Amino acid sequence: MLFKLQPRPQPSQRMVWLSPLLAIALMLLVGMVIFTLLGQSPLKAFHAFFIEPINDMYGLGELLIKASPLALIALGLSVGFRANVWNIGAEGQLTIGAIAAGGVALWFYESESIWVLPLMLMAGALGGMLWAAIPALLRTRFHTSEILVSLMLVYVAQLLLSWLVHGPWRDPDGFGFPQSRQFTESALLPVMLEGTRTHAGIWLTLIALVMVFVFMRWSVVAFQMRVAGLAPRAADYAGFNAKRTIWIGLLTGGAAAGIAGMNEIAGPIGQLSMPLSPGYGFAAIIVAFVGRLHPIGILLASLLMALLYLGGESAQMQLALPAAVSGVFQGLLLFFLLATDVLIHFRLTPTWRSKA
Amino acid sequence: MTAPRLELRGISKYYPSVIANEAINLTVMPGEIHALLGENGAGKSTLMKAVYGVVKPDKGEILWNGEPVNIHSPAQARKLGIGMVFQHFSLFDTLSVTQNIALAMDAKQNMKALAQQIEEVSESYGLPLNPHRLVHDLSVGERQRVEIVRCLLQNPQLLIMDEPTSVLTPQAVRKLFETLRRLSDEGCSILYISHKLEEIRELCHKATVLRMGRVSGEADPRRETAKSLAEMMVGRELPVCEHAPARTDGAERLVVKQLSRVSEDPFGTDLHDINLSLRAGEIFGIAGVSGNGQQELLYALSGEKPSPHANDILIKGQSVGRLNPAQRRKLGLRFVPEERLGRGAVPAMSLAYNALLTGHEDGMSNTGFISHKRMRDFSRHCIERFSVKCSGDHAEAKSLSGGNVQKYIVGRELLLKPDVLIIAQPTWGVDVGAASFIRQTLVNLRKDHVAILVVSEELDELFEICDRIAVIHHGKLSPPMNARSTTLEDIGILMGGGSLVEQTEDTDHAI
Amino acid sequence: MNADTVILILVATITAGVPLIFAALGELVVEKSGVLNLGVEGMMIVGAISGFMVAAESGQLWLGVLAGAGAGMLMALIFAFITLTLMANQVATGLALTIFGIGLSAYMGQAYSSVALEGIKSLHIPLLSDLPVLGQLLFSYDPLVYLALLLFPLLVWFLYHSRGGLVLRAIGESPTSAHALGYSVIRIRYQAVLFGGAMAGIGGAYLSLAYTPLWAEGMTAGRGWIALALVVFATWRPGRVLLGAFLFGGVTIAQFHVQGLGVDIPSQFLSMLPYLATIAVLVLISRNAKTIRLNAPASLGQAFHREVH
Repeated sequence: MLFKLQPRPQPSQRMVWLSPLLAIALMLLVGMVIFTLLGQSPLKAFHAFFIEPINDMYGLGELLIKASPLALIALGLSVGFRANVWNIGAEGQLTIGAIAAGGVALWFYESESIWVLPLMLMAGALGGMLWAAIPALLRTRFHTSEILVSLMLVYVAQLLLSWLVHGPWRDPDGFGFPQSRQFTESALLPVMLEGTRTHAGIWLTLIALVMVFVFMRWSVVAFQMRVAGLAPRAADYAGFNAKRTIWIGLLTGGAAAGIAGMNEIAGPIGQLSMPLSPGYGFAAIIVAFVGRLHPIGILLASLLMALLYLGGESAQMQLALPAAVSGVFQGLLLFFLLATDVLIHFRLTPTWRSKA
Repeated sequence: MTAPRLELRGISKYYPSVIANEAINLTVMPGEIHALLGENGAGKSTLMKAVYGVVKPDKGEILWNGEPVNIHSPAQARKLGIGMVFQHFSLFDTLSVTQNIALAMDAKQNMKALAQQIEEVSESYGLPLNPHRLVHDLSVGERQRVEIVRCLLQNPQLLIMDEPTSVLTPQAVRKLFETLRRLSDEGCSILYISHKLEEIRELCHKATVLRMGRVSGEADPRRETAKSLAEMMVGRELPVCEHAPARTDGAERLVVKQLSRVSEDPFGTDLHDINLSLRAGEIFGIAGVSGNGQQELLYALSGEKPSPHANDILIKGQSVGRLNPAQRRKLGLRFVPEERLGRGAVPAMSLAYNALLTGHEDGMSNTGFISHKRMRDFSRHCIERFSVKCSGDHAEAKSLSGGNVQKYIVGRELLLKPDVLIIAQPTWGVDVGAASFIRQTLVNLRKDHVAILVVSEELDELFEICDRIAVIHHGKLSPPMNARSTTLEDIGILMGGGSLVEQTEDTDHAI
Repeated sequence: MNADTVILILVATITAGVPLIFAALGELVVEKSGVLNLGVEGMMIVGAISGFMVAAESGQLWLGVLAGAGAGMLMALIFAFITLTLMANQVATGLALTIFGIGLSAYMGQAYSSVALEGIKSLHIPLLSDLPVLGQLLFSYDPLVYLALLLFPLLVWFLYHSRGGLVLRAIGESPTSAHALGYSVIRIRYQAVLFGGAMAGIGGAYLSLAYTPLWAEGMTAGRGWIALALVVFATWRPGRVLLGAFLFGGVTIAQFHVQGLGVDIPSQFLSMLPYLATIAVLVLISRNAKTIRLNAPASLGQAFHREVH
């Protein structure tokens, strides 16, 4: 071994912020190598992947449309992750949120009331929370792993949606496609930027960002949850309510994912269909980590991840590469981040020097 | 002339921020019982790990029976004939005694033959062991036997014992010493690490004293006094704890009535009918060999494991059995746990945030929002008042030495004005200077009518500061005894599960 | 329902349990060493596509199985490097491995979704396979089924009767003690994680080469996660893993036959059964915290670093 890891006396604050940048650089480097191996010019591929999708207004709008749910869900998840509450079923909570909101939209089909959207929002949030409440209840009552339960419920939620759009909620004029009717005007989020599809859901994400920021920085409850995550026995010693930590951790993620689901169907999609999201619920886990479980970091990471999604689509069109390549990049990014994070607590020392 | 069994020449080991060992020389002759003395952090453990091949020294030479050797692994150390009994036992709870011992043997073992061998060796050295029992069913003393027998089976020429008596009753210590003397007579050398000076004077032929990573003196402990050895260890004269007269007329602050609990931990101890009454202005000590229910009792008293019965614990006359720690804090109960990092403090958080841990209801927050300014003011005040050595209130708790973390936690709880203070192992792992500071602080608190409960495994400490002492054994608490009129011997008998023919309980303290 | 149907259901139950046996027994060894690898799903699906690709290109099904094992090991190697050498959080890294594996397999498999493969044939054992009832029930499987069933006693022997198994369990129990005795905690954990990867890879390859010989995106459908749940359900005991795997095989098969019986339930609800059953057994087993504490390897999921301890 040429290098060895030596513990730092104090964790490096510089590395806390440098390590995500290092991870991005490594991801790009490996990406270029992969493109070269696939017989593509790395520069052309880089352009197609990272520049092409956002060189006009419409592209930037698309970036925001994809970043918004990612950031929203990641913000919600980060509250739980800080407390070591591992909700990895956001994809399912998003689906149930969308079903609940979609149910409202279909119930008030062709209604012109201005209350349809707020009702959908409420339904979406409650739907997501309900789905997250199951692992919370099982964890607090029976010590059941929230990781496995929340994940299993993703499949259940997707099957539920599949049944609805194949069965009771199928569009009668939809030629048998598995999708609901198109929502009417009152159930759709207004477009914010002329010439793009950017919708009012962006505002919800920004509001959530401010709320989570204030919560994490100033509230005693968030402090208590962070203690529970860093040193659970210290939380017991101080008498912090462990069950409350689990409930808040899961419900916040569930509400955020549910609202994101509502935004998707009331925004870019405009109906219930299969599949609802290109894995936002899972990608948001990566966003939360790359963003250091910090609201500002999450905002930046969500833009990067959104760009990876767009880049995948663009690479498919321009270079005839499969769109699934964005999933590979997402995974690589998280690997590199986890790997470079070692530098926060350890220093790389060349072994030939320490032998002196 | 015979070659020394072990000779260390100029051993040095450096860690990024500390010098663990600097140019250490040490010689152990065959059959010699050699004490290695020093405060916590003086470098004893690092040095022994270097001899046992766990740590690689950066400089220096090790000679074994006169030959230079390079010990790169414990397996090699064992092959040479070096055995080690660790302070924190290196045992595996869910495995049997035989399996535990087989893991330390280098070749594959026939389990049946090994079990028989264990029985024979343990019998012949007066350390009876059942080879088929699982380790988690064994008492602490028995676990130590497993470690010792594990070494003996390999016919060691050198046995390293790291703080072996901290888990034993005085009577068990005596038995251990018999075994060690017998080994020494058979020619086996023993390196005996301890900070208990009386024991060293009784047992050892020679002593090497370490201070801050360097050898600060060598002595024949039989010719030294405990005081002179201690000064060699600390480098200055030791302050003596000043006592105020004991008070026996204070109001009852903490009362425990018929407290029984079944431990949630499968390897834990159940509590049986514990009774206790703690008065304002007194220090009440609980002695006992670790693992006899101290943990469970402290969890019950602090509220970390609340009881189903409200009335088995009373604070200032109020039933608190079902209350959690935060609710008990509001009634004036403050608690300093034995594990400082991870329980009493959050290792990865700053000292300021660690003040918030138990102080958030005491002016450091307002309607659920943190007042960062007041939190930091409090923290700085605590650092100053209790002379906590750190780089400031932003320093992470884990960056401090054990003694300074303890001073900060004790300081935090005291500044938050307790009526009842429960403190576990107050000076465990703390250097001598900080330890005497903490003891003096506790003694002074009696004047402020604080009721103090100290749970400790260090009998000397309990005798030094306590007014009354009770012993916990197998989850049962003995009646309290007046510390001034009780002997070490009596406490030892109770710690070992025996009973005193004649109770020394003061009538005016009867519960 | 006649006797033939019952036999058919039993036979199908066994084969449906096999991928779970491979993945869960592999993960059991990993967890016994104190490592929690949540990336089983990712390793399985990469094993599935790698096995399928190699088999389709070479025409050699057995080469495909080997490729599945190799791919699973490569995935496990990434996990091992990040969590064991770089000491990163095992939960986060395992999740990353699954996300990465699903993306990677979709990418690799793009060109193979319409390729047909013959699939691994069942073994015809002269005389035995021709026995009435028993022949079909016991001797009508492909070789991988027998391999899975052989793996079980081998593993029991290794874990409880060999020195290697004793060392493995000791490391999972207390890595610091094992290190103090001179065992290389990291090296042995590496070996365990790689074994787990190979087993998950074979489990995946079984799906794409024998169970349903084709490639479809996301075809493991949560089996990796169910395997993880099985290890908890089994309270880290191999015998119960076997039992649990067949139980889940049964649930998976039941959904097809319930429909066959003319019960009018939408197929989606029947497809939910394995997932709901997983939740149900997890609740049942984790209800008693003491059982878990007594059986779970004490150091499960915690990073180990020599210098710190």
